[in-house]
Amino acid sequence: MSYNWNWGVLVSEPYLGWLISGTQWTLAIACLAWIMAFTLGSLIGIARTTPIGPLRWLGTAYVELFRNIPLLVQMFLWFFVFPEVLPRDWGRWVKRDLPMPEFTTAVLCLGFYTASRVAEQVRSGLNAVPKGLLAAGQAGGLTLPQIYRYILLPLGFRIIVPSLTSDFLAVFKNSSLALTIGVMELTAQSRQIENYTFQGFEAFTAATVIYCVITAIVVVIMTRVEARLRVPGLLGRQQGAL
Amino acid sequence: MIEARNVSKWYGRFQVLRDCSVSIARGEVIVVCGPSGSGKSTLIKCMNGLEPFQQGEIAVDGISVGDKRTNLPRLRSRIGMVFQSFELYPHMTALDNICLAPEKVLKRSRAEAEAKAMGLLDRVGLADHARKHPAQLSGGQQQRVAIARALAMDPIAMLFDEPTSALDPEMINEVLDVMVALAREGMTMVVVTHEMGFARKVARRVVFMDEGQIVEDAPTEQFFTNPGSDRAQLFLSKILHH
Repeated sequence: MSYNWNWGVLVSEPYLGWLISGTQWTLAIACLAWIMAFTLGSLIGIARTTPIGPLRWLGTAYVELFRNIPLLVQMFLWFFVFPEVLPRDWGRWVKRDLPMPEFTTAVLCLGFYTASRVAEQVRSGLNAVPKGLLAAGQAGGLTLPQIYRYILLPLGFRIIVPSLTSDFLAVFKNSSLALTIGVMELTAQSRQIENYTFQGFEAFTAATVIYCVITAIVVVIMTRVEARLRVPGLLGRQQGAL
Repeated sequence: MIEARNVSKWYGRFQVLRDCSVSIARGEVIVVCGPSGSGKSTLIKCMNGLEPFQQGEIAVDGISVGDKRTNLPRLRSRIGMVFQSFELYPHMTALDNICLAPEKVLKRSRAEAEAKAMGLLDRVGLADHARKHPAQLSGGQQQRVAIARALAMDPIAMLFDEPTSALDPEMINEVLDVMVALAREGMTMVVVTHEMGFARKVARRVVFMDEGQIVEDAPTEQFFTNPGSDRAQLFLSKILHH
């Protein structure tokens, strides 16, 4: 194989600018989608644990729908199919006037999808809180919303911090699928650099390193969060202290 | 104060309570005992509505527990309950465990709740442990915090569900001492326990249950010296010989 390595492309213009811009789009998509997924997913996860039947049913329906369709297919459905099935005027608005349509669609799609995963984590976290604590809260006269607010949620979220970290990381990695509907995020920019320079190895190496750095930062942040929330005797032991 | 009339309860087709009637007057201390699975715990959990029942009636201070229109959280806030496995909120300090319901349910100020909590912790001999989390306390200490937590609501009656069954033998007395003091102060108490020494010391009556039925409801002295039923006699002969 004769391949002319040229790491220089990565720091020469316009390619460096492309990588930076791609990284910014990746961060923007992932962070916005995560905020949306965390909020929506928490609400749905809570809904699935309430004694209110219709709320539980809605939550289950949401999770099963969004969790069971491949993310790539969802991307296409939101971008190409969704505007067509809307009432005509709304569809036209989505196609013509939606600001930054590719970006917005990618954020919403990834947010909806990830919310279904967060909802499952939240549900399992809430269910993992010992039932006796619920009874203790009830016996103290707390109402159901108060029991959620002061007992179930603080404990449930502590239990799921480690697994939520995985979903937070997944958002950054899954954001690369936005390239399929034309968002020039990190993976798309790397591919573009390859197309222009034929230096694909360098371009994708750069993308790989950037993804790794981003996810490493997320891991560090989440480890800090975990440490801050640690409660004596509860979950989240020091590593190696089984 | 607490009036149960012909209470029956089923888990599916299995009947856990059969036609239980018992009446506890203000300031009275009664001990409920009986073999495991006899429905003792279930009966007292029905008294504050933690367990629903299908037939009969329970009234606490004239308010029906089974009535759908009854504001259960409000009713429960007036009855203290202590559980077999303490059920302290693990993410809160001892002090916060005690302050939660007074602040959120009775809308006391933090300062007021804290002052009262410190007084109660002092009373149960744990003033030095206010800032510790439950996992940093021994079983006996946790149970005393749990008693303080229930007392912080200024309850009109206290329910104890096998408060010493989960404790190491050497810690049982520190909990019983607190309960004896409470009984001597005139608190209305329903205590599910196998501590016959405690029953002898402070109980006005002993209620003996077997297979979901109240087999015997007799003044304490009479229960120990001359139990009316063979079943109670057998039970006593088994637990008193050691």
